[in-house]
Amino acid sequence: MLHYLGRRASYSVISILGLLTLVFFLTRLTGDPSALYLPLDSTPQARAAFAHLHGLDQPIYIQFWNYLADLLRLDFGVSMRQHRSAIEVALEAFPQTLKLAFVAMLLSLSLAIVVGALAAARPRGLFDRIATVVSLAGASAPDFWVAIVAILVFAVGMGVLPTSGTGGWEFWVMPIFVLMLRPFGLLVQVVRGTMLTSLASPYIKTARAKGLPRRVVVFGHALRNSLLPVITVAGDLATGLVNGAVIVESVFGWPGIGKLMIDSIIQRDFAVVQSTILVTATAIFILNILIDLLYAVLDPRVRY
Amino acid sequence: MSAIPSTVHAVSPARPGRARLLFCYLKRDRLALAAAIFLVLLVLAALLGPWLMGDAATKLGLRHRNMAPFGLDAGWLYVLGADTLGRPILPRLVVGASNTLGIAAAAVCASMLAGGLLGLVAGYTESWYSHVIQRGADIIMSFPSLLLALIVLYTLGPSVTNLVIVLAITRMPVYLRTARAEVLELRERMFVSAARSMGASSARIVLRHIAPLVVPTLMTISAIDFATVILAESALSFLGLGIQPPEFTWGAMVANGRGYLATAWWIAFWPGLAIMLTTLSLNILSSWARTVADPQQRWRLQKLKKAAR
Repeated sequence: MLHYLGRRASYSVISILGLLTLVFFLTRLTGDPSALYLPLDSTPQARAAFAHLHGLDQPIYIQFWNYLADLLRLDFGVSMRQHRSAIEVALEAFPQTLKLAFVAMLLSLSLAIVVGALAAARPRGLFDRIATVVSLAGASAPDFWVAIVAILVFAVGMGVLPTSGTGGWEFWVMPIFVLMLRPFGLLVQVVRGTMLTSLASPYIKTARAKGLPRRVVVFGHALRNSLLPVITVAGDLATGLVNGAVIVESVFGWPGIGKLMIDSIIQRDFAVVQSTILVTATAIFILNILIDLLYAVLDPRVRY
Repeated sequence: MSAIPSTVHAVSPARPGRARLLFCYLKRDRLALAAAIFLVLLVLAALLGPWLMGDAATKLGLRHRNMAPFGLDAGWLYVLGADTLGRPILPRLVVGASNTLGIAAAAVCASMLAGGLLGLVAGYTESWYSHVIQRGADIIMSFPSLLLALIVLYTLGPSVTNLVIVLAITRMPVYLRTARAEVLELRERMFVSAARSMGASSARIVLRHIAPLVVPTLMTISAIDFATVILAESALSFLGLGIQPPEFTWGAMVANGRGYLATAWWIAFWPGLAIMLTTLSLNILSSWARTVADPQQRWRLQKLKKAAR
């Protein structure tokens, strides 16, 4: 178990370091930030001082070396835009995304399990057909477009929900709905597929033959054995949920990590870009380990 | 462009009569039939559209600015309305279709080729670069693709070529892992040992003996992946880091209309609907293909008409 965790952790640290290296050199290629942060008529001396302050006057390999050394000291650099610690900026935005993603994932997972199980209980029945079309539509809908149409209908047209921002529950409705679409659609299909396989297996015949009610057979026996692949897919989707968060946050003006990321890429705020990537990648890594552990809890056959 | 019809023939006819049987299965599922017809029409529109309506799509008509849809006064080209510069939306949708599908097809082909080749190498050899390839794929997989694509596109500058490269890179690990898994199994087979003992080089074994057996699997994945790539491209173009004006795709058209939601909803609505219908059709067809390919589920499409055999 500990051995397994150690190996997983070392792989992840290598991945994260590789990612940070890649992003470091990519962001340095985008150009000189002093052009964005200083007034147009600033003197060459002022530009040089700015570059010196942020260590941009040194050769890129020295910059990279300094960055790695700072990383070891848990110094993640200073945001050029907000003049404070970059990791602080990233950690401030992260909980906003986490809340959004957590609620969306929880809702879509529980809804998908119920809908998928009911659909598989009577394949090709009316409910199954409706559920299949709805889930396929959810999986194929372009989220940015659904977000815009939702704003058009509920905020501009009916005026019942706010267009963007944060606040009470009414600010959560549209972002959560848009974020749920794809995970819900894909999960319903996975639940339905694994349920169909489970329901065709011999132990279900036994359960039916001994006269158990249909409800108990579907939800008690078949569903429990179908949950493992569902959790695997849900874990993969959680990584993809950040993609959705980027879109949702930028359309609805939600102050999360996705919006921060886009803003800092465009403003060449290098330290913040790297910190957001570090935070996101670490969160995904922890999530993956949690999912592996959950596997061992749910299925007694799994041992590490 | 041919990647779309390949969904229909994913389980390609090996002996005569299979194609006909497949068509019978397709007829049994009305939704899949509708999806197939829509996609065929879409591909035709994307191939012929720019040639027929290319001029109308870029012609400014300030008299028709923000014209509402469903009116035939200005001619049938304006039936879906016009955008803020008075350009009719219907021809723009058709031209946008050829750009959207073209970019997606190029990205899918590129990622299938690159991912497949790297997967073959990673599966066949045990040397250090096999591990480097796999860790590289892990890095790409473990991070949200959209964020990575945003950084790369912002660095390299948004252009069609870079867009294709970025989309291809983010989808590559899927092909790479599948190809590697298949090669791991295939390389232990007798025909590989036979080829090796007859003195065939590694490159020859991989490319002439193993690759042909891996390609069908990769083709199937690419058909399913097509919808994902269309959505990714639209999202990037929507965020402004995809295709740049005067060129446009459906995603870019939605972005253009975003500012005029309250006054002219149709500018953003139609292109989004086009994306949705395309990806939905692709997903319906691939779900149908899964049912046909699965011997345990196929009877659901057979039962209704026994004469199909």
